[in-house]
Amino acid sequence: MKILVAVKRVIDYNVQIRVKADNSGIETDNVKMSMNPPDENAVEEAIKLKTSGVVSEVVVVSIGLEKSQDTIRSAMAMGADRGILVKTDQMLDPLAVAKTLKAIVEKENPDMVLLGKQAIDYDCNQTGQMLSALLDWPQGCFVSRLGVKDQTITISREIDEGLEELEIQLPAVVTCDLRLNEPRFASLPNIMKAKKKPLDIISIDNLSVDTNSRVKYIKVEEPPVRKGGAMVADAKELIQKLKYEAKVI
Amino acid sequence: MSILVIAEHNNKSLKASTFNTIKAASEIDKDIDVLVCGFNNDDVVTAASKTEGVSKVLEVNDRVIEHQLAEQVSQLIVNLSKNYSHVLAPSTTFGKNLMPRAAAILDMSQISDISAVVSPDTFVRPIYAGNAIATVQSSDKIKFITVRPTSFESVEPSGGNASIEKISYNLNDVKTKFVKRQESETERPELGNAKIIISGGRGLESAENFKLLNEIADKLNAAIGASRAAVDAGYIGNEYQVGQTGKMVAPELYIAVGISGAIQHLAGMKESKIIVAINKDEEAPIFGIADYGLKADLFEALPEISKELDLLNDIAK
Ligand SMILES: Cc1cc2nc3c(=O)[nH]c(=O)nc-3n(C[C@H](O)[C@H](O)[C@H](O)COP(=O)(O)OP(=O)(O)OC[C@H]3O[C@@H](n4cnc5c(N)ncnc54)[C@H](O)[C@@H]3O)c2cc1C
Repeated sequence: MKILVAVKRVIDYNVQIRVKADNSGIETDNVKMSMNPPDENAVEEAIKLKTSGVVSEVVVVSIGLEKSQDTIRSAMAMGADRGILVKTDQMLDPLAVAKTLKAIVEKENPDMVLLGKQAIDYDCNQTGQMLSALLDWPQGCFVSRLGVKDQTITISREIDEGLEELEIQLPAVVTCDLRLNEPRFASLPNIMKAKKKPLDIISIDNLSVDTNSRVKYIKVEEPPVRKGGAMVADAKELIQKLKYEAKVI
Repeated sequence: MSILVIAEHNNKSLKASTFNTIKAASEIDKDIDVLVCGFNNDDVVTAASKTEGVSKVLEVNDRVIEHQLAEQVSQLIVNLSKNYSHVLAPSTTFGKNLMPRAAAILDMSQISDISAVVSPDTFVRPIYAGNAIATVQSSDKIKFITVRPTSFESVEPSGGNASIEKISYNLNDVKTKFVKRQESETERPELGNAKIIISGGRGLESAENFKLLNEIADKLNAAIGASRAAVDAGYIGNEYQVGQTGKMVAPELYIAVGISGAIQHLAGMKESKIIVAINKDEEAPIFGIADYGLKADLFEALPEISKELDLLNDIAK
């Protein structure tokens, strides 16, 4: 069995982001970038399946700037076998990303595609669902448990009411929650090894997918600041204030 | 223009998120139809037909679609969508799961999690865990949109008089089989639209201690919430998680107990009207956005708060 994992390079989750002064977007110059956190869970799950013998090859793909090679190398340092970068300087809609991934799926023929459930930059939560639609494959989204048996997977997906269990026939698309597993840290020797693993670079223009943007970001602004910081002395004052000042209890 | 709203429900009643989504739809256009698909869902269909602002309810009542799998609901949406300029669903796990699928089949993009309507093609949405607010414009013929329920008021569940139409459809087989659902059973208000929420974090230290919140929740008729760290540690189920990768909430009163205030948590609750933080570390970032901060050991503060609430009730009597 072969797994394709899609990873995205995003601003590190610990960074306090800054809106550009001209309101055109978010400042990314000289900002620490990392792999989108739930994508790490996707990579980890694929590697675990390889270790347990279910999967024979784990291929990692990223779509983005030349620099996204770093993200692919991180995934290979965790244990992925090889990487593909689809290079583009354009900011793509999730639909265009899904179309690009579809083109890669058609080349690679994986049995399963794993992705993070959302990217923590634009918080769209769309790409996996769109990819499965375009491939006409079934989908398992927001997954916190994954079991593979022959050509069927059993998943638990996190829903607002609790958990839902589904049985899905492969090939399928699975989007991962942070609770799916605990991503490993790459060891130094594995980081060195990853540098020698194959990484193909393809220009997005060679895939003939329609990447026209349909959703234009007209402006990006700072959110209103919330004024806080007032303290109360004890439980008594707190309850009195909630009752007679804020009038919320 | 006309709008199709996908109702979120459990075959028994409409979820509150549906009312917020209809409100958002009404800010785009007044011609609003609602799709209710499921099984044994007569009560839901009736409720939708009485909802303020709804022109027509499209009904699918079939055992095959009882569990509303994304692969099925998206087929229905695709068949209906040519009559509509906009398709809206709540940006809950229900809507997030199926809307992008329907959109992509039709070669449309999606605008996720809108918090305001500027015009029929322009919307506001939070990005980067709410640390930036984007205004986006869609050039798609049919606009697929998920709506952040807490950003819109609720329409009235009564006063409407919509017609009901059973639609014909032909569902292709899907390769996904529903096995089971594990839902938390609680008498408390739904987290997504509770007026008061008391949330616990890693500071609670155990599943056993987490129950300390119950006593206060009972006295305030509050819903219980949690940080991701508390859920990850197994103190409580994933359905209680508030934040960027959990639920968005905006109650009148949000009480954060033993929660540090990471941006990913704030993303889910900073629109609350009044925020209370109880934390023993005065440097905790949560204090920076709290209207009332109490620097205290929660294990001492919670019993005291409970006692003070009793005193209030005694006075009221
Ligand atoms: C991609 C991504 C997505 C995420 N999504 C979410 C999300 O949706 N929701 C979310 O909540 N988090 C999310 N997180 C995690 C987030 O970054 C924080 O790790 C998490 O919110 C911390 O939870 P906490 O405040 O309970 O724990 P901690 O940060 O460990 O804070 C515990 C607090 O309890 C206080 N405390 C301890 N003991 C006591 C006591 N006896 N009395 C009083 N106070 C006490 C401490 O002073 C501390 O401030 C996400 C992280 C990532 C990377």
